[in-house]
Amino acid sequence: MKTLTIDAKDIHYTPLNQQIRAAIADGAKEITLNNVLGQRFIGDGLRGDDVTITVNGVPGGDLGMFMSGPTLIVHGNADHAPGNTMDKGRVIIHGSAGDAVAHSMRGGRVYVRDNIGYRGGIHMKKYLEKRPILVVGGSARAFLGESMAGGLVIVLGLGGVPPIAEQGVGSGIHGGEIFVRGPVDNLCLGNGTKQAPVTEEERAMIRPIIEDFAQSFGIDSTPLLAAEYTRIAAVSARPFANKYTLE
Amino acid sequence: MCGIIGVIDRRRQCMDGTKIKEALASMDERGSGEGAGYVAYGIYPDYKDYYALHVFFDNIRENKAPLDNLLEKWGTIIHDEQIKTYEQPGLRKVHTPWRYFFRPDRGMMPKSTTPDEDIVTHIVMKVNSERNGALIFSSGKNLGVFKAAGWPEDVANFYRIQDYQGYLWLAHNRYPTNTAGWWGGAHPFNLLNWSVVHNGEITSYGTNRRYIESYGYKCTMYTDTEVVAYLVDLLVRKHGLSEKMAVRALAPPFWDEIDRMPAKEQELNRAIRLTYGPALMNGPFAICVANENSLVGFTDRIKLRPLVSGESGDRLFISSEEAAIRRIDPDVENITMPKAGEPVIGRVIA
Repeated sequence: MKTLTIDAKDIHYTPLNQQIRAAIADGAKEITLNNVLGQRFIGDGLRGDDVTITVNGVPGGDLGMFMSGPTLIVHGNADHAPGNTMDKGRVIIHGSAGDAVAHSMRGGRVYVRDNIGYRGGIHMKKYLEKRPILVVGGSARAFLGESMAGGLVIVLGLGGVPPIAEQGVGSGIHGGEIFVRGPVDNLCLGNGTKQAPVTEEERAMIRPIIEDFAQSFGIDSTPLLAAEYTRIAAVSARPFANKYTLE
Repeated sequence: MCGIIGVIDRRRQCMDGTKIKEALASMDERGSGEGAGYVAYGIYPDYKDYYALHVFFDNIRENKAPLDNLLEKWGTIIHDEQIKTYEQPGLRKVHTPWRYFFRPDRGMMPKSTTPDEDIVTHIVMKVNSERNGALIFSSGKNLGVFKAAGWPEDVANFYRIQDYQGYLWLAHNRYPTNTAGWWGGAHPFNLLNWSVVHNGEITSYGTNRRYIESYGYKCTMYTDTEVVAYLVDLLVRKHGLSEKMAVRALAPPFWDEIDRMPAKEQELNRAIRLTYGPALMNGPFAICVANENSLVGFTDRIKLRPLVSGESGDRLFISSEEAAIRRIDPDVENITMPKAGEPVIGRVIA
């Protein structure tokens, strides 16, 4: 298999992304980027289901934006909006991420081992057969799933942190669903949302996703699968049908 | 969108400006080349008892003598000189930066109880509102703002900020959205020992401006951020609030959150909101405020702009991006995202 290693030290993101694109066009299947520090837009718009890019360092914002197919593995923290408007593929972050993770994502998976900032999953949507998935190992800050239109968010609260401790979860949601390990305080819920314990069908549906997440980071999935979960979703099919006020 | 970074060394160990320039330049995409600036604390130890006034002159021949006369009417200029600058291809020098070391002379006002700070503030407001080709953009002791309309690296090279040694730095890369970029509109904004850098926009600017101008401050920079410097001066220096309480006034909890607090907390938070209602700032913001003893970072109450902090030994870093902090110190620890509306504070201990 064709592989390539790029030393990204002090390289601006434009030539860096050009090198990545040239390598993929040349048939490279595994690309490793070392010494990444703040370069934005890594992997943006890339195609190729069989391509894996490993990012060693701290990439800049909009990692994997519009990406359709490849797998991006980050060993470090990501900045704002990894998986922005992503179409297909995987972003696996061995660390934490900033605000607006999975912003407007419409397909593929984003896994964050630790914590995410504010507005994770904002504007996520499903499209035809595509259904985006965001799984967070640690905690998510306020406004998780804000204005969400479709897709799936799971927050696990590993490492002793409460998965959700701030306001506005699902604020403005009209599609999709958010699963949180353990109970959720109603004060954390945004307008137009409701919560309920998971049903057996829902538990069966999230099970393979949690298993896959745990496997990606070498975590034991047993306690996660045995845990109780809360499902948060829109109160009705069109909670904001009456303009912007909740009916 | 703008980029900000700040660092404080709690033991006042100095850093030159090389790394802060690199860190700010790594966030070039957050700016538009229309404004960048730096402030460093501890750079004028030989004149540490004098107010270091940094001035943009439009024209030395016409504008300098009137400022000299005004300053000499109020006190003593112990030394003044042109701030050394170095021509940069990407930066058009439209002003001549100058520095004065100045002290109000108590002998000239024998019965006055007005503090020196108020006299300097009066001079700054008077000069900046008269617009006679002179703008005082830095007026603290043992600190200096260096800013211009340009990219971070060009502005840094223009002033050669690597030649300055400071224990506390703030830096800002501007992307002006609501008003035009110009030298005076670049950050940091400074008054006395307060310096402010800001990413975002303060949509309550009109209210905040009316409020602060009723206390004699004058907004003259055609942009929102300067109100923050004046609000902090009013709340902390004049009213004696702690930095933490000042942030509480500027970015207070929502009423429903206050309603759920224990009785004593409720009373305090209600009092702050009611007393300082017109100082409350709305809109998206991530802000760093510094004085000679502390660095404070905070965001708006619903976190519409990024801010992360990190620590390394005696140093606290606050920035828009973790990567910018790691550009200064790759081994920085405790990378944290401060909670919306809650300050992260670093203080000198020596």
